[in-house]
Amino acid sequence: MGAASHAALWPARSLLLPGRTTHGHHQIELACESCHGSPFGGREALQESCVRCHGAELKAANDTHPLSKFTDPRNADRLEKLDATLCVNCHVEHRPRMTGAMGVSLPRDFCFHCHADIAKDRPSHEGMAFTTCNGAGCHKFHDNRALYEDFLAKHLSDPPLKEKRVLPSRRSVEEKPVSVPDQPSSSAIARDWLETTHARAGVNCSGCHGKSDPKASCRECHAPETTGFLSGKHGMRIAAGLSPMQPSMARRAMRPEAAHRTLGCTSCHAAHRFDTASAAAEACVGCHRGPHIDAQEKSAHRAAGVACATCHLPRVEWRDEDAGTKRILVQHNQNETLEPAEKMIRPVCLHCHGLGFSIDALAGRRVGSIDMVRRRILNQERSSQ
Amino acid sequence: MKKLFTAVVLLGASAQARGQVSYKEMADALHAVMESDRTVYTRIVVNRLQNEEKVIKASEHFKDDKALPLPAQMFRFGSEMVAEKKMGLSYSLLSIWPINKQNAPKTAAEKEGLEAVAKDPSKPFYKEETLGRVKYYTAVYADRAVSPACVTCHNEHKDTPKKDFKLGQTMGGVVIRIPMK
Repeated sequence: MGAASHAALWPARSLLLPGRTTHGHHQIELACESCHGSPFGGREALQESCVRCHGAELKAANDTHPLSKFTDPRNADRLEKLDATLCVNCHVEHRPRMTGAMGVSLPRDFCFHCHADIAKDRPSHEGMAFTTCNGAGCHKFHDNRALYEDFLAKHLSDPPLKEKRVLPSRRSVEEKPVSVPDQPSSSAIARDWLETTHARAGVNCSGCHGKSDPKASCRECHAPETTGFLSGKHGMRIAAGLSPMQPSMARRAMRPEAAHRTLGCTSCHAAHRFDTASAAAEACVGCHRGPHIDAQEKSAHRAAGVACATCHLPRVEWRDEDAGTKRILVQHNQNETLEPAEKMIRPVCLHCHGLGFSIDALAGRRVGSIDMVRRRILNQERSSQ
Repeated sequence: MKKLFTAVVLLGASAQARGQVSYKEMADALHAVMESDRTVYTRIVVNRLQNEEKVIKASEHFKDDKALPLPAQMFRFGSEMVAEKKMGLSYSLLSIWPINKQNAPKTAAEKEGLEAVAKDPSKPFYKEETLGRVKYYTAVYADRAVSPACVTCHNEHKDTPKKDFKLGQTMGGVVIRIPMK
């Protein structure tokens, strides 16, 4: 790595790649240090990198299998079979042939090592194959916020479509309107700016322009949104010290005319207008294409006013643990609600749909899913009466 | 661990005189802190606000239910935070009658210790055990029902294997493990 430490020489590093990385990391695979820390950082350095990018999300997800479960000496015997003290023990990179969904590189029977006797506590699980644990959409290794038993039971009778369908409201700005630009600007730019929340909130031209680091302007007021953006697929290259993401670098098929656009705040939120409605749909389809987008255009979702961002960059409750505050804002890390699909249920689907319907819809063609869970819970309830 | 040893040394005059602490003294001191904090939370926060004043509930799903964390969760969260500090020290709340079956005794020392403190809660149980090629000083202390909230919640929980706990009874045990040099 030493010879190729200069960013301009990073493309040459592709010769050093031991294998294709997963779709989650391919954007930054040439910024070796992003994950490896240093050339001889070892597994500990790797672990630090995993936690730096994924730790907060896991914590917020009430990770069902936190590190402490595996460092607990009473589980030492289990570690011989499944050592999850390091992320890379289950999610090895650069090994495409042995890596499956969610970047898991273990054989699919990993639940079985610790939970083989689950039927003793849960007779309903008798005879179930190990592939059904997460294959049927019932359990996830890390994030079970939408799948835990009491939550399922509480929402058993949810209708598929709720009568009251509302999205969380964002905080309204403190009105301190300004109407005269404090820097020279064209009339078109001034008009665009005047129609924005920026003008209503008293953010004038100099609020963004004239800073020593223009890129930091947005972050100064929109720190959590920027953090989200830098954590997801749109901004992770910038976070890794690489050039901004361009659609031509994506593994997914993108619109050819957008191939060389660069991604930053203003690529979706056009500067000066900052039209969030446009950023929530038009901006997405400016680069993305494919059957999902074609279907969305004719879907019931679209007819009901659901935009791309409603589901993929949703409004979420954001907690600042240090400040001890919470508020609603747009999650700009698209992966927070993307994979596994069940992550989308609570922050997105449940605003309009019932839990059972949501699980079924996301489980798609997988066998079983919520119908099986519902049947089993009802059977348990009947047998305990 | 050095810091921990030093901190514990400061706790008692006899220890200070000797300038070092035994594993037993250290485990006893740690438990004294844990038991006190646990009792304070259970009595002054959970039992007072949930059972007496009836102003807020304690719930396993405290985030979703906008409720207080259960005393057992408070204990576990602290234990998880200690685990993140990578000091080697670990502690957990186990029981012969666990609601969560993962909290049933597993090692021989846990089984022996929990049985012992259930029989005589006044006497902690101490044993050296080797787990994953590391030798630990393992101490088990009785964990008693210190308020009505403990009893009602455990007796009424759908997954409880025992429904006749009484106030003051031993419901489980605190297991502390200190890696030995």
